[in-house]
Amino acid sequence: MRELNVQEITAAVKKMCMASNYDLGEDVYNCLKESRKTETTEVGKNILDMIIENADISKNEQVPICQDTGFAVVFIELGQEVHLIGGSLNDAINEGVRQGYIEGYLRKSIVEDPLRRVNTKDNTPAVIYIDMLPGDSFKITFVPKGGGAENMSEVKMMKPADGEDGVKDFIIDRVTRSGANPCPPIVVGVGIGGTFEKSAMLAKKALLREIGERHTDPYYAGMERELLERINRIGIGPQGLGGKTTALDVFIEAHPCHIASLPVAVNINCHAARHKSATL
Amino acid sequence: MKVITTPLSNTDVEDLRAGDTVKITGIIYTARDAAHKRLVDLLDQGKELPFDINGQLIYYVGPSPAKPGQAIGSAGPTTSYRMDPYAPRLIEAGQKGMIGKGEMGPEVVEAMKKHKAVYFAAVGGAGALIAKSVKKSEIVAYEDLGAEAVRRLEVEDFPAVVVQDAHGGNFYVEGKENFVKSLS
Ligand code: SF4
Repeated sequence: MRELNVQEITAAVKKMCMASNYDLGEDVYNCLKESRKTETTEVGKNILDMIIENADISKNEQVPICQDTGFAVVFIELGQEVHLIGGSLNDAINEGVRQGYIEGYLRKSIVEDPLRRVNTKDNTPAVIYIDMLPGDSFKITFVPKGGGAENMSEVKMMKPADGEDGVKDFIIDRVTRSGANPCPPIVVGVGIGGTFEKSAMLAKKALLREIGERHTDPYYAGMERELLERINRIGIGPQGLGGKTTALDVFIEAHPCHIASLPVAVNINCHAARHKSATL
Repeated sequence: MKVITTPLSNTDVEDLRAGDTVKITGIIYTARDAAHKRLVDLLDQGKELPFDINGQLIYYVGPSPAKPGQAIGSAGPTTSYRMDPYAPRLIEAGQKGMIGKGEMGPEVVEAMKKHKAVYFAAVGGAGALIAKSVKKSEIVAYEDLGAEAVRRLEVEDFPAVVVQDAHGGNFYVEGKENFVKSLS
């Protein structure tokens, strides 16, 4: 049994709130630079230049990449031999979010109730997912998720008969209908299988992969490559103004499912595809 | 590249075509969902708006808090279709343009054609870069809304692209079609 004081978790979350919002990951940054080289439209090149310059400014000046500093989504991988002391895990995470968003000049975008809509003024509460694992490790991943891209996401309960082609067409259709709204170039997370809510979780988790990281199963790796190519022929382009660079990558996660079902979820992320992890 | 100065006249609006790259200088006002609801409620009650909307541009933005020494925090556009229910009323009241991201609906396009207004896209997710073109920012109404308050911004060379114009032109459609044609 290893003891871990939740104060350490608060401190780590606070740091990640700021770091994730100021520094675009190197994988995304490099992919934007590569895409700039292959973009074919003038307006597309121009927009990519501005997006790259924006990432440089935010990093150098430690200011938010985007004013929408997101919903605080937190994934915890908790080793079952870790004993958390010093208070509640949820409270510790929320305290980290509160401190990070206030001290880091990040925007507070959360309303307390979806219909009565009063701002909580500190960006809490976070959405927290905990996975229990064997061992005594503790890993936190912090994902600030912007509203514009989240709003273009969808879960569809398809028929098993729709098969691979039906799933691919749904994904393409979802991206096409999103147009400029999710701030393309986008990252596409796909969850196939499981139950209704499991597919959505898979799609969100898929977005945690590094740009360029393919599925370990060659079947899904091939599907990811094919979808990326098809998406980049739609023509939406940077900011929807026309061009090749509609998506930076497509990530698929699959899960066993019921003989009657074929749930498919598409979770869209924008070019401000932010996430940071820490192991305590 | 066209340089435009606010406020805009009908002729200024009619000169702008979908696809034009522009730099905007002058005063622009900010408002998002919650502020729009209040502005339209005022119009419904026959009351005055908290600022003179004639010839003005409204930028759909909820900036992040300014750090000490900054005029404004990061300040990129939010998605515009959420303002579709409100924009036609404000255009009718004299607003000459919107700045946001993503396509606006047919009811807005109708109002733009009828009353002469233009819609610009700013670069979504480039909030740190766009903030550089904002020289001054002050809250003019609805301070209680925080990031969603109405602000009066003084901007210089604010980068944008005309995406939907007063003639029915739509660059979201044209830009995509041009690219697809270039593939064949
Ligand atoms: S979709 Fe992403 S880049 Fe665009 S405004 Fe929202 S958080 Fe920012």
